[in-house]
Amino acid sequence: MHELGITENIVAIVSERAGEQKVCRVKLEIGKLSAIVPDAVRFCFDICAKDTVLEGAVLEIDEIDGLGKCNSCGKEMLLSLLAGTCECGCRDLKCIAGQELLIKEMEVV
Amino acid sequence: MCATCGCSDDAQPKVVNLQTGQSVSVDNKPMPADYSHDHGHLHDHDHGHSHDDHDPGHSHDHDHGHPYDHGHSHDHERKASKTISLEEQVLAKNDKLAERNRGWFDGANILALNLVASPGAGKTALLERTIADLKKEFNISVIEGDQATLNDAERIQKTGAKVVQINTGAGCHLDAEMLATGLKQLDPPRDSIVFIENVGNLVCPALFDLGEKCKVAILSITEGEDKPVKYPHMFRAAEVMILNKIDLLPHLSFDLEACKKYALSVNPKLKIIELSATKGDGLELWYAWVRQLVRAKV
Repeated sequence: MHELGITENIVAIVSERAGEQKVCRVKLEIGKLSAIVPDAVRFCFDICAKDTVLEGAVLEIDEIDGLGKCNSCGKEMLLSLLAGTCECGCRDLKCIAGQELLIKEMEVV
Repeated sequence: MCATCGCSDDAQPKVVNLQTGQSVSVDNKPMPADYSHDHGHLHDHDHGHSHDDHDPGHSHDHDHGHPYDHGHSHDHERKASKTISLEEQVLAKNDKLAERNRGWFDGANILALNLVASPGAGKTALLERTIADLKKEFNISVIEGDQATLNDAERIQKTGAKVVQINTGAGCHLDAEMLATGLKQLDPPRDSIVFIENVGNLVCPALFDLGEKCKVAILSITEGEDKPVKYPHMFRAAEVMILNKIDLLPHLSFDLEACKKYALSVNPKLKIIELSATKGDGLELWYAWVRQLVRAKV
């Protein structure tokens, strides 16, 4: 739903950093718990990139697994949802990975 | 393309000041001269038309010939290309603007609360009642967010509170820039409360910091007890969950305890307040929480 606005931001940030250079590849990191749907970003990317220095660029998305850390015993575990229960019974988990929404790099020619 | 329904739409956000009747665009997003905003079509997504009303320099016809298959073949020739590390947070710009709003609220000693919920959960009803009950105690003003119409702002205006309506057009949430534009129009006094009623949506508003003190999620018991686990981001981002329409409990199969358990599973620190905005049950608990935040500010 919000991926269009997010993708517009991505294109604006990369365009600004690229200046006059033509961008041929953009790499993003999107966490699996970030509430961003990578396919929706891919869908929007070509529309947003049109008539910018990103037009025709390849979009690569690395999806990052969700990782939680128990606030009681410190154990780390994979999270498929923002909530979970540690083996020790504690539900107070800190999400330490999986909420990324980052532009990692761009390739310019 | 519209961010919400996927249809093609050039609608830009605009801010309407109910006091002056003035309508302005959100900064850096000029409104097109022809603000036609026609949502009357059948969502056929054919993108075949030209967007030349806002971009006369080229035809911009959006007719992407390939089916979005991005095979990532990487067979492009690497002629003097170079990779540049960016490491930029996509939402950094919004977050910076939100911090600016937050600083502005702090400087003016204003408590700002961001009300988030599905459409129809009772956000506007809760605000009407809260303003009526607390207006002798606090100066309250409101920023309303909806995709279209002034309906909610007109309801708030009847309470006597100052109100500004932000119509997000294609957008499904308020962002920090829209709020900054809305605040300039609202011009709330020092030592007051600003309620921000976000667009009815349990997904996107969770991601966008506006600079508020905290988010208040409203869940009406007609919606089903599993909403907190279905939309965990929102209930995790909120400090308080209001369970509204509690007067309807005898008529529904809503499992109150299960709902609270779900909510606490996604956010163990969540404060839960049960109330009925229309009948008045539980409102004192909500007002006590608001008063406590106002006192904590000073």
